[in-house]
Amino acid sequence: MPEAPAAAPWYRRLMLGLLLAPALLWLFALIVLPHVDLALLSFRERVAPRQYVASLAQYRTFFGEPLYWRVFVRTAVLSALATALTLLVAFPIAWTIAKLARGRMSALLFVVCLIPFWVSETVRTLGWMILLRESGVLPALLVHLGLTTQPVELLYHDATILVGLVYTSLLFMVVPLVGNLESLDNALIEAAYDLGGKGWSILREIVIPHAAPGITAGCIVVFMLTLGNYLTPTLLGGKNSLWFTEQIYTQFITRFNWEQGAAFGFLLLALSTAMVWLGLKVSGQRFSDVMRRA
Amino acid sequence: MIPTLPRPAWLRAATALYVAAFLMFLFLPLAVVAVFAFNDAPYPAPPWHGFTLDWFLGNEAAGRIGLFRDSELLGSIWTSSIVALWVTGLSVAVGTANAFAMERAQFPGKGALSMLMLTPLVIPGVILGISILAFASRLAELCSDLFAVEADFLRPGLPLVVLGQFSYIAAIATLTISARLKRFDRTLEDAALNLGASRPAVLWTITLPYLRPALIGSAAIAFLMSFENFNTTLMLVGADSPLTIMMYGRMREGATPVLNAVSLFLMVASAVIALTLIRRGRSPES
Repeated sequence: MPEAPAAAPWYRRLMLGLLLAPALLWLFALIVLPHVDLALLSFRERVAPRQYVASLAQYRTFFGEPLYWRVFVRTAVLSALATALTLLVAFPIAWTIAKLARGRMSALLFVVCLIPFWVSETVRTLGWMILLRESGVLPALLVHLGLTTQPVELLYHDATILVGLVYTSLLFMVVPLVGNLESLDNALIEAAYDLGGKGWSILREIVIPHAAPGITAGCIVVFMLTLGNYLTPTLLGGKNSLWFTEQIYTQFITRFNWEQGAAFGFLLLALSTAMVWLGLKVSGQRFSDVMRRA
Repeated sequence: MIPTLPRPAWLRAATALYVAAFLMFLFLPLAVVAVFAFNDAPYPAPPWHGFTLDWFLGNEAAGRIGLFRDSELLGSIWTSSIVALWVTGLSVAVGTANAFAMERAQFPGKGALSMLMLTPLVIPGVILGISILAFASRLAELCSDLFAVEADFLRPGLPLVVLGQFSYIAAIATLTISARLKRFDRTLEDAALNLGASRPAVLWTITLPYLRPALIGSAAIAFLMSFENFNTTLMLVGADSPLTIMMYGRMREGATPVLNAVSLFLMVASAVIALTLIRRGRSPES
């Protein structure tokens, strides 16, 4: 059996370099360096045309101006609320798919749950606008049923933003939950039942500990996507949306104040990263495992 | 609880009711978008005025500009398609190279690199957009200061949109293709080499055909994600608007049902892609 001749070291190194070149180019030119640049941008201040000094002015503005940090806190709180609601809505469906429905029915239900998310978020938001606006379908239905005398405006409320965010996030919760619940052995639940466990105690002591990795993965992804969402809050919330990504857009594109926008961007990134880190710490999981699951 | 345990009737009924309500919640927005694409009225709102195809076929003479006569919308679909093709090509190519690097090669710092490859997925899209925007204009300024060359492709526009979308879609392609390469039985390659095949021939006739489902799957996902991307694109877009940006602008102004028509077109297109992929995923050879 002929052995392949061992390649010369320089050749191997060249091949390895070529193989790694795309990855390094991608990660450094498009991820690492731009973020370093963004950080530098956020730590400077314009003192005269094309003259900048290092300063914390952008961050001072953020903490000094109540509008800015209130919008930041509001975005974080609403995102956390949307994540919790998504979990509540998604869990029974994931349970039904993983445990109650059988065979083809289960697969069918799963696919049916995924299909709306192949459609663009723009289209889904358009649907909600047609449903909820004052001249829309639901207000007309409410009048028709005699529940209200006048069509009511259902858009532009915080609750509307939450509905839109939960709707957009469902997929990212259902998929990791189903994967996790399917791996839970039914015999454990039966054993708990035989030992006198009731619905709640089984849920708390058997199901939730087992599903914790899936719950964490789903919550991390949903929180991050919600925090960074732009389309749903601005269209469903209108002028009242006060979402932090909108502030970043205003600074960067409308006001052309890139230094301020960069500082805002960094604060959002810091919050998002902190929540991801916290989620991993609390559940004791590794980042790479969670991302593969999600 | 699970089917093998006794479940009270009310719980069964509640479960069925919940599933029904959930499905209605999922599909109601899509259904109204589709229905009002055919409403004979200038706004996508009730009441129903009768069936019309004006929002697809109408022209100026009819007083209604339908999808197929709306050159702005058609142009933005074209723009989105070009961007998506570039993003797909780049992501699948880079994703494949990354998969081989991570699964086959050994080098110092591999763990750190594989971690770094996942970071684009946890950076909000808006921030990917602004960081690339700021970095690109710094480079453009550097170009014009040092070499007196105007690097227009570094200014907001389609090349930046492609790079911005690619920056995180490449991570998804890498994950998808790596997962399949990891399950590959390497003795097949050894067998082919023993039988006298050259390395390129082994790659072309053994390894790549095995990877084909992952390549096709990640290409379809990359295309769809690029076509539907909004956050990153919003920050990097120049004069030519891709479809999502165009639709967003019109939705803020309160548009005619021509938007419903283009949405219906998108729904049908994504459903076709989704169902083809699911069908392929089920077929025994993959």
